[in-house]
Amino acid sequence: MMSRSKLATSLFILSEANFFAILIIAYVYYHAIGGGGPTARNSLDPWRTGAFSVSLFASSVTMWLADRSLRRGRRRGHQLWLIVTMLLGAIFLVGQGTEYAHLILSGVTWSANLFGTTFFTLTGFHGLHVFAGLCALAIVTLVAQTGELTERRRQAFEAVGLYWHFVDGVWIVIFTIVYLWAFI
Amino acid sequence: MNQVMAPGAEAALPASEPHEGLLSWVASVDHKQIGIMYMLGALVFFGIGGIEALLMRIQLAVPNNHFLPPDAYNQLFTMHGTTMIFLVVMPMLTGFTIYLVPLMIGARDMAFPRLNALSFWIQIFGGIVLYFSFFDGGAPDNGWFSYAPLSENAFSSLPGQNYWLLGLAAIGIGSLSGAINVIVTVLDLRAPGMSLRRLPLFAWMAFVNSWLMVMALPVLNGAIVMLLIDRLLNGNFFTPASGGSALLWQHFFWAFGHPEVYIMILPAFGIISEVIPVFSGKPIFGYGFVAASTVAIAFLSLAVWGHHMFAVGLGHLSEVFFGAASMAIAVPTGVKIFNWSATMYGGRIRFTTSMMFAVGFLLMFTIGGLSGVSFAVVPLDWQLTDSYYLVAHLHYVLFGGSIFGIFAGIYYWFPKITGRMLSESWGKWHFWLTLIGFNMTFLIQHLLGMMGMPRRVWTYPALPDWAAFNLISTIGAFLLLLATLVFIWNLFISVQNGAPAGDNPWDAWTLEWATTSPPAVYNFDRVPPVHGRRPLWDLAHPEMADEAMERAARS
Repeated sequence: MMSRSKLATSLFILSEANFFAILIIAYVYYHAIGGGGPTARNSLDPWRTGAFSVSLFASSVTMWLADRSLRRGRRRGHQLWLIVTMLLGAIFLVGQGTEYAHLILSGVTWSANLFGTTFFTLTGFHGLHVFAGLCALAIVTLVAQTGELTERRRQAFEAVGLYWHFVDGVWIVIFTIVYLWAFI
Repeated sequence: MNQVMAPGAEAALPASEPHEGLLSWVASVDHKQIGIMYMLGALVFFGIGGIEALLMRIQLAVPNNHFLPPDAYNQLFTMHGTTMIFLVVMPMLTGFTIYLVPLMIGARDMAFPRLNALSFWIQIFGGIVLYFSFFDGGAPDNGWFSYAPLSENAFSSLPGQNYWLLGLAAIGIGSLSGAINVIVTVLDLRAPGMSLRRLPLFAWMAFVNSWLMVMALPVLNGAIVMLLIDRLLNGNFFTPASGGSALLWQHFFWAFGHPEVYIMILPAFGIISEVIPVFSGKPIFGYGFVAASTVAIAFLSLAVWGHHMFAVGLGHLSEVFFGAASMAIAVPTGVKIFNWSATMYGGRIRFTTSMMFAVGFLLMFTIGGLSGVSFAVVPLDWQLTDSYYLVAHLHYVLFGGSIFGIFAGIYYWFPKITGRMLSESWGKWHFWLTLIGFNMTFLIQHLLGMMGMPRRVWTYPALPDWAAFNLISTIGAFLLLLATLVFIWNLFISVQNGAPAGDNPWDAWTLEWATTSPPAVYNFDRVPPVHGRRPLWDLAHPEMADEAMERAARS
C-alpha cells in the first residue's frame, strides 16, 4: 500500500490535472478562432522553448536519480541530485521569463487577443507550479542536510518527487499542444 | 473482551496540546471540534441565507411591490443561492463527515489533522470575503452561476463579482483539501477488520463524495481563475466583443455545477442510510446496491451537465445525449429509494424525530427527483426552464432532500456530540412546522412556474391567481422561519438541560456509539473487534452475529 503522504499527493495531483485540463480545453477551444493579431505560429519560437524544455525534462531524470540514491541509502548523492534538479528547474523558469519579456515587448500580451489570454494563462499557471515545486525542493534539500532520515521524512521526499514529475509531465502536454501543434 | 488499538495511536496527536477557552477551539486540530465548528458556521450562514430568502418572499408577497429596490433583489437571490450551497449545505455535510468518519472507522483522528484545520479556516475566510462585498459597493448580483458576459466588467463594473470569485476560490481550495484528507483517512486508518465492504454507509458516501469533489472543484476553480483574469487583467476568455465565448463559461460552470448537486446530496443519502436501518430495527436492505449505486451516481453526474443548458441550443445530438444520461441517473437513485423503503418494510419502526425527518426526506426527495426527470425531457425543459417550476424542483431536492437529511442527522447524532438528547416534543413541532411550511412555500411554485412566472424577477403584475399563490408561498416561508426558531430553541435548551444520552441511546450498531458521549479527545481507548457491518450488534448478540448468520444461511 502507498504511503499516506504519497496517497495524498497523488490525489492532489489528480485535482491539479483536472485544473490544467480546463485551462488546456480553453486554449484548444479558442485555437481555431481567427480575427488577426498574434498567434502561436507567428509569435512563438519552438526551438528556443524546446531547448529550455529539455532542461525541465532532464530535471525529471535527476529527480529519479535523487530518489534512487535515497532508496540505496546514499544521502550525499541524494542531496547532490536534488540540487541539480533545482538548477535545471530554475534554468527552465529563466527561459520562460525571457520568453515572456520578449513577447510582451513585441506587443503580445495577455489582453492582446484570445491567443494571448489563453497562452499566458496556461503557460503562466504551469510556470507558477514549477516555482512552487522549486520552493518544495528547496525545503526538501535543506531538510535533507540536517538530522537523521526518518520514515516520515522519506515519505515527504517521495511525495515532493512525485509532484515534480507531474509538473514535468504537464509540460510535455502543454509544449506539444501550444508549441508543436502550431507548426505541424 | 478482545479489543484492538485504534489506528494512528502510535504517534502523539497534535490535538493533545492543551489549550483553554476560545483558544482551545481556534487552535484545535481535533476532528470533533473542527466538525462542530463546521456545523456551527453552517448554522450561522443558514440564518443569514434564510433572512435573505424571507426578504425576497416579502417582496414577492403581493404584485407590483416596492418593498425592495430591484438591484437589492438581484443581490439577495445571488447571495441566497451562493450562501445556501457553499456556506450551508456543503460545510454542514462536511462537518458531519469530519466529525463522524474517523469515529465510524475506529480511528483517532483524520489522516492529516493540521490540514483538516487549514481546510476549515480557509472556507470560513472565503465566506467572510464573500460577505465583505456588502461593505465595498454591494454584493454580487449575477446569480449563483455568474453567467458571462453579465459577470464581466462591461456589465458588472462594481467589485462585488470579484469578491464572489475570490470567496468561492478559497472555499473550493478548502473543500478540496478536506476531501483529499477524507479519502486518505478512509483508505489508511480503518480499524482492523473494517474492510471496505464493511464500511458504514455514511462513510461510504462521504468517501465517494470526496472523490467527486476532487474531480469537480478544480473545474470551478479553473473557470474562476479565467473570469478573474478577464475582470482584473483585461483578458478575453468570456467576452464576446473580443471573440470570447459566453457558452464556454456555461460549459465550465455546469461541468462543475452538476457534480456539485450530488456533492450536496450524497452525504445526506449517507445519513439516511444510517438513520433508517437503526430506527427500523433491521440492517440496510441491499448494502452492496446502496454502495454501488452511489459510485454509479458519481460517475454519471460527471456527464450530465448539459441538461442545465438545453435552452442554449446545444444541437440535437448533444440534447439527446444529455437528456438520456440525465434520465439514466434516476436509475441508481431509484435503487436507493427502493432499498430504504425495503429496509423499513416489516421493520419495527421507532418514529423518533430523526426517523420522521428521514421519512420526510424520502417523500420530498422523491417529488424533487420526479420533477428533475421532467427536466431531462428536452421540450419540457424549454417550456419550464428559468420559471418557478425550476425553483420548486431545486428546493425539493436541496431543502426537502439535503436539509431534511441534515436535520435527521442532527437529531440522530446530537446525543453523541453533546452527551445530551434533543427534546423530542420540540423536535416533533420542528418537524411538522418544517414539513407544512416547506410544502406550502414550494409545492405551489410548481403551478406558478407552469403558469409562466419567471424566476429571478423582482416583481410581477397582478395576473389571475399569481397574487394568491405568491402570498401562500410567502406565508409558508414564515412558517419555515417559525420552524427554524423552534429548532434553534431546541438546540439551546437541550445542550444545557437535555436528558443525559449515555453511550448508545438509539441501540445503534456503528463504532461511534461504542465510545462515550461526547467522545474523549482520543476517541477510543480500544476499538471493539470488527467482524461485520454492525460491530456493536455482533458484540451484543454474539449468537446472532451478522456474518456468522449469513454463512449459516448459505451452508
